[in-house]
Amino acid sequence: MACVTVPIVEAVITTITAKVVEEKEAKAIKNIGEENLPEQEKMPFSRKLKWLNNMLWGGSGLLVFEHIWHCEIVPWFPFLTAASDAADTAAMLHEMATAGVGMSLLVTAVWLAMVGISSAVEKKALKEQTSEN
Amino acid sequence: MTLLITVFAAAVCTAVWYKTDSRSEMKLGTLCMIYWGAALMWLVDAVFEFVEVKAEYFTPAPKDMLNDAFLGFSAVALGLVIWLAVLLIEDPKGVIKETLLKKH
Repeated sequence: MACVTVPIVEAVITTITAKVVEEKEAKAIKNIGEENLPEQEKMPFSRKLKWLNNMLWGGSGLLVFEHIWHCEIVPWFPFLTAASDAADTAAMLHEMATAGVGMSLLVTAVWLAMVGISSAVEKKALKEQTSEN
Repeated sequence: MTLLITVFAAAVCTAVWYKTDSRSEMKLGTLCMIYWGAALMWLVDAVFEFVEVKAEYFTPAPKDMLNDAFLGFSAVALGLVIWLAVLLIEDPKGVIKETLLKKH
């Protein structure tokens, strides 16, 4: 019904967070000076946050399409067909609290796993590089 | 069916991303994330539907299955269109810029 609104809200928050983190990283590089940066370094966290943004925005986009397909989202007020009836609204809110939150949690959990694995790979690669030198 | 089609699209995209050398120039990672994000969300949807209808979930009516398949392929097509829009707007290879600023 409207479960997709939860990942959309999360996507807005993570997009703003990614912008802030990106600016901070750019400032840090400016302070250090690009010439002082190591030859090989870890992937910036802002880039990893973009993975989450892409998953949330992309997934939400296709799910919104599915909701339009099933006439659950309409181009006129209140946009969600379930919002025009009190009983349907209660069911919609329940679906947002269960399926919607579940979607956000699963996507975030998969992203956390991706960040964990990529960090481990980066650490291993950097360790191998320092031991070679 | 929608979930299955999206998972296939995500898996194929990821394999292409891994194999190709121009993955960042073609923004293939973005396409992979679009499909994986949708697949994960539809997976949650499927789990909740399975809890609700139990074994009936695996024996859909042919009409529903056809509609779901049609939806799945349309969703994959929409994902491709979104990816293409991102690719042309960000223009990592500078093709659009070069075409627009071509001197005659």
